[in-house]
Amino acid sequence: MTQMTQTGEGQSHPLDAPRFAGPVVQCQNLSVRFGKNLALTDVTAVFPAGAVGLLGPNGAGKSTLLKSLLGFIVPEKGSMKVIDMDVATSPLEIRERIGYMPESDSHIPGMNAVSFVAYCAQLSGLPATDAMQRAHEVLYYVGLGEARYRNIETYSTGMKQRIKLAQAIVHDPDLLFLDEPTNGMDPKGRDEMLELIHDLAHNKNVNLILSSHLLPDVEFTCDHVVVMDKGTIATYGPIKALKGTTGRVYEMRIKGDETQFISVLRGEGFDVKDSDEDVMRVFVPGAAGDNPKVLFELAARERVQVRHVRPSVPTLEDVFARAVGEK
Amino acid sequence: MPIHDQGYRRYGGTRAGIGRSWQVMIRAGVMSIISKRQFLGLMLFAWAPFVVRAVQIYVSANFQQASFLAPKGETFREFLDQQGLFVFFVTIYVGAGLIANDRRANALQLYLSKPMTSAEYIAGKLAILFLFLVSVTFLPAMMLLLTQAVFAGSLTFVSNNLYLLPAITLFSLAQVLLASTTMLALSSLSKSSRFVAVMYAGLFFFTTALFNALRGITGKTSFAWMSPTAALEQLGDVIFRLPPRYQLSPGLAGVTVLVLIAASIYILHRRVRGVEIVT
Repeated sequence: MTQMTQTGEGQSHPLDAPRFAGPVVQCQNLSVRFGKNLALTDVTAVFPAGAVGLLGPNGAGKSTLLKSLLGFIVPEKGSMKVIDMDVATSPLEIRERIGYMPESDSHIPGMNAVSFVAYCAQLSGLPATDAMQRAHEVLYYVGLGEARYRNIETYSTGMKQRIKLAQAIVHDPDLLFLDEPTNGMDPKGRDEMLELIHDLAHNKNVNLILSSHLLPDVEFTCDHVVVMDKGTIATYGPIKALKGTTGRVYEMRIKGDETQFISVLRGEGFDVKDSDEDVMRVFVPGAAGDNPKVLFELAARERVQVRHVRPSVPTLEDVFARAVGEK
Repeated sequence: MPIHDQGYRRYGGTRAGIGRSWQVMIRAGVMSIISKRQFLGLMLFAWAPFVVRAVQIYVSANFQQASFLAPKGETFREFLDQQGLFVFFVTIYVGAGLIANDRRANALQLYLSKPMTSAEYIAGKLAILFLFLVSVTFLPAMMLLLTQAVFAGSLTFVSNNLYLLPAITLFSLAQVLLASTTMLALSSLSKSSRFVAVMYAGLFFFTTALFNALRGITGKTSFAWMSPTAALEQLGDVIFRLPPRYQLSPGLAGVTVLVLIAASIYILHRRVRGVEIVT
C-alpha cells in the first residue's frame, strides 16, 4: 500500500512519488580558479538521480564543486545544470528545490533547534504553520526530538551535524548536497547518520550528492560515485560496475626480491599496492583477472616463490586507488 | 498520529514565491530584538523626549502664560538632533551583531543556500535596523506634529509649516540610512559584535574629534565633511530651512553622506557571500 504524506494545505504526496528522475547535476568543462590556483580543471560530469558519492582526498575540489553548484562561486569557464536548470540563470529556482548541509559548523545564532529548523523552512518558502510542524517532525527523524528546545550553541558536535541535516531536509528538497556529513562524529553517531542518509536516499527517494573523503561512508550510502582528484574527475559510474567487471584484485605474498617483482608486475600493466606484513594487493585488469595463473607465470619467470595468493573482495578503496593511481 | 511516531514525510503544501525570504528575516529579527527587556528599556528612554515635548506642546496650547513654549519649525529639528543620541545607542544595540553574529556562526552559507540573494539578505538585515531607527526618529517626530494639531485643536501650525512633513521625512531618512548602512557594513567586517560596536563608536567619535581639532587649529568649519555627524547636522539645517552652522556647502555635506552610504553598500556587497575565498 502506498503510504501518503499529510501536508499543511490538505494536499498529499505519496512517499514513494518520484522526484526529479533525470540527471540531477550536469557539469560541462567547468573550471574554477582562486587567484593563481585552479581548484577545478575542465570538469565534465553527469550525476544521475539517486545517491551519488563525491569522493576524493582533501583538496580534490569536492566542496568547491558543491559550492559552485549552489552558485556561491562563479566559475572561470564552463556551465552547470542542477535539476535541469542553469546555475548561472536560475540560482534561486535551484536553491528552492535543494537542501544543503555544509561541512563547517553552521547555525543561526540565538535560536533553539525547533525555531532554527522552522525558520530555515520559512526561508525556503513554507508557511509558518507548516514550517513549525515539519520542524518538529524532522527533528524527531534526525534523533533530536528530545533536545529540540535547547539552544543550538549548547549542542555537541554530533548534534550539530544532525541539526544541519534537519535544516537541509525540512522543506522536502528534490536534491540534497551533503558535505562531509559525518565530520567529527563518534562511531555510533556516525553509523546513525549514515543510516539516516541511506534511508533518505533509498526509502524516501531523496536524490543526494554526498561529498566525502571517507570511502566506507560513500560505499554504504551511495549507488554511484564520482571520484575527484586534484580538481579533475578521476572516474565515475555505478559503484558495483566500478568494483566488479573490469578485473580482479589479488592479495599476494612472495619470497624473493619483492621490489623487482613489483616493478615487473607494473611493467605488465598491473596496479600494485604494497600493504602491511609483506602482502601486496595486485589488480589484474580485464578478463585475465579472473584467473591468477598469470601471476604464477610471472613469478616463475622471475624466480620468486609464491607463498600466498587469494582473490580479494573488491572495495571502493580499490576503485579509488585505481582511479587516483591511474592519473 | 502521535508526533513521536512520525518519520520523514513528503511535503505537498504551498510554498511562497521566490523573493519573500527577506520578509521572514525581518519578522524573525524584529521579534528577537523586542523580546529583550534591555531593548525595551532603551526604547522607553528613547521615547522620553517625545513625552517631554508633548507636555510642552500641551502646556503652550492650553496655558496663555506658557505660550513662549509653543513649537516652531526648528523645534522639530532640535528634537531630531536630540534623538541622534538614541539613534547611536539603538544602532549599536540592534545593528552590531546583525551580520557579525551570522559570520561567527557561519550562517551566511545557510541563508544563501536558501532561495535568497545576497541583496535580499542585506535588505532584510537593513530593514530590521531601519525599522527600529525609524521608530526613534521619524515616528516620534511625526507624532509630535500630530500631537501639536490635536492639542491646538487646529491644523494652522501644520499648514503654516507644511515643509515640516518632507523635512522630517528627508532628514530622518538621511539619519537612519547613514547609521544603518554604516553599522551593517562594519558588522560584515567582523565576527565579534563587541568589536563592531567599538568600531562604530570609534568611527563617529574619531571623525568628530578630528573635525573639532582642525576647527580649533584653523578656526574654520569647512572640514565638517570629515565628520559624518557634522555633515548630517549641516544637511539637517538646510533641510529644515535654518541657517547652516558650518562653512560647508550643503552639496558637499550631501555628497559626504551619500559617499558613506554608497561605500557601506559596496562593502556589504563584497562581504556578504556564501563562501569566503582567501587567495
